Amino acid sequence: MTTEFSLNATAREMSVRALLADTRARLRAHGLAEAMCGTVEIVLAEALNNIVEHAYAGTEAGEIGLHAVLGPGTLTFTLSDQGAPLAARDLPAGCLPDLGTGGEALPEGGFGWFLIRSLTREVRYHRADGANRLSLRFDLPVPDGTGRPTAPL
Amino acid sequence: MELHETCHDGIRIVTVPETRIDAAAAVRFKDAMRAVTADGPDHVVLDLSNVGFVDSSGLGAIVAAMKQMGAGRRLDLAGLTPDVAKVFRLTRMDTVFVIHDRADGAVRRDAG
Repeated sequence: MTTEFSLNATAREMSVRALLADTRARLRAHGLAEAMCGTVEIVLAEALNNIVEHAYAGTEAGEIGLHAVLGPGTLTFTLSDQGAPLAARDLPAGCLPDLGTGGEALPEGGFGWFLIRSLTREVRYHRADGANRLSLRFDLPVPDGTGRPTAPL
Repeated sequence: MELHETCHDGIRIVTVPETRIDAAAAVRFKDAMRAVTADGPDHVVLDLSNVGFVDSSGLGAIVAAMKQMGAGRRLDLAGLTPDVAKVFRLTRMDTVFVIHDRADGAVRRDAG
């Protein structure tokens, strides 16, 4: 069985918080394990922060759309916005920043795309008609036929 | 951001009462950490047991809080909740910080 839901938020930090809380509550209600909910929230937080900080940088905060599709074995989110296109022609590779020798040399940023890449099965980006669409796909534990995920609640 | 602070056996324990250190909280957290660690013990333990979520902005703010304490001083972490521990493990920041299960455990071990 496939379930879908759509949510919207203004591209502001506090609205992103509310959007993440709403999304997590819905995933939890669908029986997703807490660890998986956490993985999804980490990835969505980074992708949504990128929209707030980059796509709508220097402009009035626009709208963000979130569409989720929960199917057997997969969970896919599509985030859409009408902000600036992604600067790079290709999606960032998302390498782990060099931690160097620690101390003063430690990086304070550059972890966002690394976390997105590490925790998703597939990331796709599409720019069309002045809109960005980022899709983020996760693998889920396969249901056991009872309609409930096999992962512990 | 208001941080709670106590001292045990020469170790300062700083508790974050809020549940998230994210993009909306990172700058306020870093500024509050600067104020609370400006003087006092060289050894500080940051108790994150109330914090359920840290994003990369929050992670950067924790790293910045450690760096702004200055050389020769030490910032440990304690009480990482599951999602926070996941971010530290994935980014290998768990190899940079000494991480205690509980803040009072950090005091007992280091002072005992």
